Amino acid sequence: MKINSSVLLSKYIKAYTLKMVSKAKASHVGGGLSISDILAVLYNNILYFDSQKPLLENRDRFILSKGHCCAALYATLALKNFFTLRDLNSFAQFGSNFMSHASHKVKGVEFSTGSLGHGLPYAVGKAVAAKSRNKKWEVFVLLSDGELNEGSNWEATLFASHHNLNNLTIIVDYNKLQSLTTVEKTIKIEPLKDKFEAFGCYVSEVNGHDHEELKNSLSKTNKKNSPKVIIAHTVKGKGVSFMENRVEWHYKSPDEDQLETALNEIGVSL
Amino acid sequence: MRNYFIDLLTKEAKSNNKIMLMVGDLGFSVVENFKEKYPKQFINAGVAEQNMTGMAAGLASEKFHVFTYSIANFNTFRCSEQIRNDIDYHNYNVTVVSVGGGLSYGALGYSHHAIQDYALMRSFPNMTIYAPGTRSEIANCMKQIFKSKSPAYLRLGKTLPKNLKKPNQPHDYAPGKWTKILECKNRESKKCILTTGAVIDDAVKMQKKEEFSNYHIYSLPIWGMKYKTLQAQQINKWDEIVTLEDHLEDGGFGSYILECNSSIQKVGETKIKLKSLNKNVCNTVGDQDNLKEHFKFAH
Repeated sequence: MKINSSVLLSKYIKAYTLKMVSKAKASHVGGGLSISDILAVLYNNILYFDSQKPLLENRDRFILSKGHCCAALYATLALKNFFTLRDLNSFAQFGSNFMSHASHKVKGVEFSTGSLGHGLPYAVGKAVAAKSRNKKWEVFVLLSDGELNEGSNWEATLFASHHNLNNLTIIVDYNKLQSLTTVEKTIKIEPLKDKFEAFGCYVSEVNGHDHEELKNSLSKTNKKNSPKVIIAHTVKGKGVSFMENRVEWHYKSPDEDQLETALNEIGVSL
Repeated sequence: MRNYFIDLLTKEAKSNNKIMLMVGDLGFSVVENFKEKYPKQFINAGVAEQNMTGMAAGLASEKFHVFTYSIANFNTFRCSEQIRNDIDYHNYNVTVVSVGGGLSYGALGYSHHAIQDYALMRSFPNMTIYAPGTRSEIANCMKQIFKSKSPAYLRLGKTLPKNLKKPNQPHDYAPGKWTKILECKNRESKKCILTTGAVIDDAVKMQKKEEFSNYHIYSLPIWGMKYKTLQAQQINKWDEIVTLEDHLEDGGFGSYILECNSSIQKVGETKIKLKSLNKNVCNTVGDQDNLKEHFKFAH
């Protein structure tokens, strides 16, 4: 399948994410939809990679730290020809490599995640490796907002800032819903921009569903002498009216009727 | 022990620029020479062991051989999930180096008593435990670690044995293989004390007592889940084995040998006894030698 625009790519990512989660009766569809636009822009416009050589030495490295939303990443990788769309049918099935948290056994997935707070330190290690060898490839890591409760992220941010790792981009999927309720009611993280700035990062805030804003902020030319943080304001369940901003879609999977309605709203038939 | 370790690491780094030494803001008067000689291969990660361990995985994913150095418990228990998920699951080439194994820092209190670390580290499928007890064992452990490309745990005690004049050890030995430390007078004896880690002196003292004068001393410095199947043949040679470790009994080295013994087709019955640290050591502070004496370790 040839998809040349990030907007169209994001629609297909959402559609396949919905289909995979529904078929597997899996969870985390809401978070998958909130990161679909970010993934579409990254894989269509920003990251350098060769899907036929997933371990290409000078590829950019992308780490999905919020590994529970891996359905969207698997869909993206399939749509970018790392493997076939048919492979997605085994998502969360017995014996499959496509487990329902990000798995490094899947082509194109750099790192297995699932427990939050692991992706950023790992990404920092990769950024140090690139600097140490004078390599030009860059590291992008996508975190959830609730994940920022984990102290390891702040340890890693301190380190990345101290060492001026400007080859590292931290993207926060700020959909403002956690597992049980809102971020605000769980553990307040505001003022988030100020926090990252106080840690020494270069921070921008964008609409995480606006592709032009995402392209501009993610651009590799847009950098200072410090790690970049992009706070992407997003909507959990984006694109499906009955899922948007509803905490239960952290867990529920759409039944067949709901899937049909959702695909109609996304505007893609599979 | 730690000085000999760092000497060997420094020598290796000369010809191997993939070596990366990360410290958790520890190593005063130990790591300076390495840092001075190879500044690009040295990182002080600060007092942040979770990040240090996660970063080590990231560096290892880019073909570095990373050593994370700290006092035992800090770079093991504090970041156990990073070791489990980031390093062991991905089978990355990271060596966790703990100094102060056992009661080396006994006077510093329970936070510094490394007496449950075997239980944690041997629960990871890809992890190899390196617990040397002699200078020769340190050298051989490091040789194996430099050759290996999978996760390792190097547990260093405080000092080398003082009561052992001539360790009877080969120059090369393999993971999972027992090595002879000291024979008893009765060379035909089918009894042995089997140690791991920096407890050779304790074993020698034991052997001097009449009760254990008929026991050879062997050590198993390189072990772990991967090498369980190699133990059967070695266990079967003996009528009696007394394991000795500066660790609590639960989940430790003696437990490992018992598990190995329980899964083998027995040729004969080997009696296995465990000698380990008394759990009351957790609530007691003192010099390592005093603590061992007080709790009748290796008696």
